[in-house]
Amino acid sequence: MLTYVLFALVVGSIYALLAQSLMLSWGLAGLVNLGLAGFFALGAYASATSTTWGHVPVPVGIALAVVAAAAAGFVVCVSTLRLRDDYLAIVTLGFAEVVRIVASNEVWLTGGTDGISGVPVLVPRSAGLGFHAGTLAIVAVAVAIVYALQRRLLLSPWGRALRAIREDQIVAAVAGKSVVRFKAEAFCLACAIAGLAGALYGHYTSYVAPDQFQPLVSIYIFLAVTAGGKARPAGPVVGAYALVAFLEATRFAGELIPGVSPVQAAALREILVGLGLLVVLGLRPEGLLPERSQKAPAP
Amino acid sequence: MEIVLQALANGIVSGSLLAVPALGFSAIFAVLRYPNFAIGSLATVGAYAAWSANTAFGAPVLVAIGAGAAVAGLTGIALEAVALDRLGRGGPLMKAIGSLAAAMILENVVRFGFGNDLHAFDLPLARDVMVGPVRVGPQQLAGLAVALAVMAAVWAFLSLTSLGRSMRAVADNPDLARLKGVSPRLVSLVTVFVGAALCGIGGTLVGLDASLDPLVGGRILLSVFAAAVVGGLDSIPGAVAGAFLIGIAEEFTVLALAPAYRLAVSFAVIFLVLSFRPAGILGRAAR
Repeated sequence: MLTYVLFALVVGSIYALLAQSLMLSWGLAGLVNLGLAGFFALGAYASATSTTWGHVPVPVGIALAVVAAAAAGFVVCVSTLRLRDDYLAIVTLGFAEVVRIVASNEVWLTGGTDGISGVPVLVPRSAGLGFHAGTLAIVAVAVAIVYALQRRLLLSPWGRALRAIREDQIVAAVAGKSVVRFKAEAFCLACAIAGLAGALYGHYTSYVAPDQFQPLVSIYIFLAVTAGGKARPAGPVVGAYALVAFLEATRFAGELIPGVSPVQAAALREILVGLGLLVVLGLRPEGLLPERSQKAPAP
Repeated sequence: MEIVLQALANGIVSGSLLAVPALGFSAIFAVLRYPNFAIGSLATVGAYAAWSANTAFGAPVLVAIGAGAAVAGLTGIALEAVALDRLGRGGPLMKAIGSLAAAMILENVVRFGFGNDLHAFDLPLARDVMVGPVRVGPQQLAGLAVALAVMAAVWAFLSLTSLGRSMRAVADNPDLARLKGVSPRLVSLVTVFVGAALCGIGGTLVGLDASLDPLVGGRILLSVFAAAVVGGLDSIPGAVAGAFLIGIAEEFTVLALAPAYRLAVSFAVIFLVLSFRPAGILGRAAR
């Protein structure tokens, strides 16, 4: 039972990192990343292949994952940042799909649909409970570091410029801010966080396969971020743990409803997640923790 | 040479099937100014409605297609009225995200009702026809004919009826249209109905060509986006031209790469068009 709780907490912390990524791109910069699952996958694969087959140390693999996801983020966003914001949504959705196709078909690079097993873990499995607790500690530290950085960023001139751009890019441009550059920086940084989440996930489950990175994951994270509050550093973290609690609770609830097959129970769960997102977006788009308005800095 | 002609023929057929939902997507984008990510699931809903009409009630295929269009159209209106319309206040991106959530709901409602198994329409078996060196299934020809007829009907609706002309007026300049007494709400709802119905027809045609599962519409989503992006997103003739281009490009990819890479072509096309010519072949400036 304790193992199960620790497992749920690790998954919750990984989702928290993904939610922090989305908070940075969507909440602060207004850039919708519908391909979050693709960057998550890219990070997982970059670290899993380089450590399992390339035998580089795990920290190097994680660093590679962060760099790869940021670089992919740059390529994906650079052509559409000058256009209407919904173009980026379409491109990112396509990107996640392509990552999954490549992961399923390029067997020499990714192991295909069988995936990669035997990915090195962060804490030896022989430690039993310590394996889960140790991994949880490492992932939680990552969440805390990102949280601290985001708090810092929000108060910095960079964070203010970003929010100014989100509210009105023409005014921001007139004020001398390079709109495209700020957006690209925010998007790449956000993708790097998603890549970090992917790498940590692969080193926890010790197994990486295309099925783990369904588009569904992106929608889960949108629900977590909208519910928690998308423009406050604490919002996505609270939202992610709440989401995992909800997902785990419904997992058991599905078994209790009589006459519902496992496929139907899974479908019901996804329907609830979709409905949840629509309801939160419609009734309380600012989430549980709304954005704080900041005082103008003293001259 | 035969291989190339065969790929071209297949591309024209699959392009015509893509053109129908692409028209629907572009119409909604042109009038309501948001990308609707639910079009794939609306196609699935239409396809299952048509399949139920065909297999459970024994409706002939053309009647079944009509039933699929009607159910998809009404589902689209229900989504817009209940959920998406109110999200519009937060901007087009909110509606886009809301439509993605709606897509997930619809897909899983279908999964809940019909399961993950493959289903096929009740069709008479027929032999393939040889046109010169090219082999074409009668089902493909029928799909092509229906798709072309639907495109002609859409064209007639947009240019000959007053409702169709109002739609074009709102797409062109909403403020001017309102001054002229066109009700934007009515036009929006009609557009959503027509657009979603077109998606339903597209999903049914794809289902007739192969088989049905809850992802039948979701699988063509990216290709439909690519067709619309090539056409310029809000251009009706552009969407048709884009669909044929994407259909043919996908079939030629299958000659060179694994069939799974079809969708990668769509992504590559979206990426290149937005990088170098965001207005597409027939769209307005995209900024």
